[in-house]
Amino acid sequence: MSRAWKFGESLNTDEIIPARFNLTIVPQELAQKVFCEVRPDFAPGVQPGDVVVADANFGCGSSREHAPIAIRGAGVKVVIAASFARIFFRNAINIGLPIMECPAAAEGIEDGDEVDVDLTQGKIYNRTRSTEFQAAPLPPFVLKISEAGGIVNFLKTHDVEELTA
Amino acid sequence: MGTLVEEIFSRRLGRTVSAGEIVMVDVDAIMSHDNTTPLAIKAFSEIGKPIRDTSKIVIHFDHAYPAPNQLAAENQQKIVRFIQQQGIDNFYHRGVCHQVMIEEGFVRPGGIIIGGDSHTVTYGALGCFSTGLGSSEIGAAWVTGKCWFKVPETILVRLEGTAPAGVYSKDVMLALAGQLGMDGATYKSLEFAGSYIDALPAHARIVFSNMSVELGAKCGLIAPDQTTLDYLATETKAQAPFEQFTAVNPRYERTITIDVSTLQPMVACHPDVDQVKPLTEIAGLTIDQVYLGTCTNARYEDLEIAAGILKGRQVSRFTRTLVTPASQTIYEKAMSAGLIQIFLDAGCTVNAPGCGACIGRHGGILAPGERAFTTMNRNFIGRMGSAEAEIYLGSPAAAAATAIEGRIADPRPYLA
Repeated sequence: MSRAWKFGESLNTDEIIPARFNLTIVPQELAQKVFCEVRPDFAPGVQPGDVVVADANFGCGSSREHAPIAIRGAGVKVVIAASFARIFFRNAINIGLPIMECPAAAEGIEDGDEVDVDLTQGKIYNRTRSTEFQAAPLPPFVLKISEAGGIVNFLKTHDVEELTA
Repeated sequence: MGTLVEEIFSRRLGRTVSAGEIVMVDVDAIMSHDNTTPLAIKAFSEIGKPIRDTSKIVIHFDHAYPAPNQLAAENQQKIVRFIQQQGIDNFYHRGVCHQVMIEEGFVRPGGIIIGGDSHTVTYGALGCFSTGLGSSEIGAAWVTGKCWFKVPETILVRLEGTAPAGVYSKDVMLALAGQLGMDGATYKSLEFAGSYIDALPAHARIVFSNMSVELGAKCGLIAPDQTTLDYLATETKAQAPFEQFTAVNPRYERTITIDVSTLQPMVACHPDVDQVKPLTEIAGLTIDQVYLGTCTNARYEDLEIAAGILKGRQVSRFTRTLVTPASQTIYEKAMSAGLIQIFLDAGCTVNAPGCGACIGRHGGILAPGERAFTTMNRNFIGRMGSAEAEIYLGSPAAAAATAIEGRIADPRPYLA
């Protein structure tokens, strides 16, 4: 069982991890500062397996990969959002942070709710409110990267052309 | 055939591609900087395969340069060692990466460039498809020389008419941001056209492409025309001949039309780029720091506009006014033309070219409760230091007028 941490609309990468903390690339160090300005209680309170839930345009702003790395470094199992900004979407897939796009879930989950997810089926369960949601499926070639655990792992054993083959 | 973005991908692949298709393309340049290169090196090392073509790799030091602390210095030391080990020729510390990419001739109409920086979209103003990616994909592209894209749908932005005095491309772009919102173009291509764009000099067009990512766009394109070719020939090292193309029978997702003759100076207010108001509505708000800089608005012509207003005047005593030319080339040109002297005489601080203050790294960090007026493209919470500071975005002219008065000020009275 995982606690949901709820965020609003257009949460930008400066709010996920301010640029001044990006001099490190160590996930655990980044995780100590994740959401530090918009949600100072997050980093000390988050438990491994917790879930981040947000409204539309999550991760807008800069291209910094430090943002999804910081979230993953904090032990977050999945980010569920009504929609994702495009670079954040790619970055999350590329570094192996699971994401689920589901406007209904973003609306139907409140901060502190208990949430379960089935990543392979795209199912989201709100145990607190006994509701269930279906996330949008990932495109097949994106799934190839995701299933490999990210672009780095994919390219260790595959040619890039296999993505679109 | 199709929109500008469809045309660029179709030309590259030698077949007609349409919005919605997933394409794998060779890229012309793979750009990164001191902030995003360390993670790219990590990804590259983990993949464990050789670089495909070192001539495509372009690395800049601009985000924390000169290094403001030891951690930044150590990052840059690692990057330099990597550049030396791999025999990478394209290494620059001449200013903000996007301006240097243009000046050094990497940006060409019909080109495809990826960059480890969200403002890589800047090159669209010169008819080049360019977009920002994360570091792992930069490291991956060093190995593959390629990148995948979903060809985006396009929103056509028609900008018509002549802007009144005191209204610049920044004001027009802010007006659009206010209208479209921060996710108004997510995953889309923005195509800027219309009589206003046709008549606009290339340096001012760049503002639209630069800020297209603030609306979520994948790219912000302007069809290359004679203005583009003249700019490339005179202001950059890019060698002719250049591709020329336009949208052919394009199908747009939608069209937005703005009559720029009705606009007035605009400001994006704390804390988001789409919190846009006419400047007159917030005129008088006290300002602790003015920052004329960044990849958005620190080109020579921007400095010239600001210097025209500051000449023979003094900036307000309690308003620190920072001028950061976007590149060394611009710095030199501004110095030769006497602009730097005007800034110094007016009481401004002239910084070394780079990104520092824009991302709260160094050279202009804000204290809690302070308020900045800048020519930047982002005003997010904590962007320039304290999360309790406020950032307002406007044109170079508005920045100069604000510096003089110490409060947000209308530039128009200074233009007479």
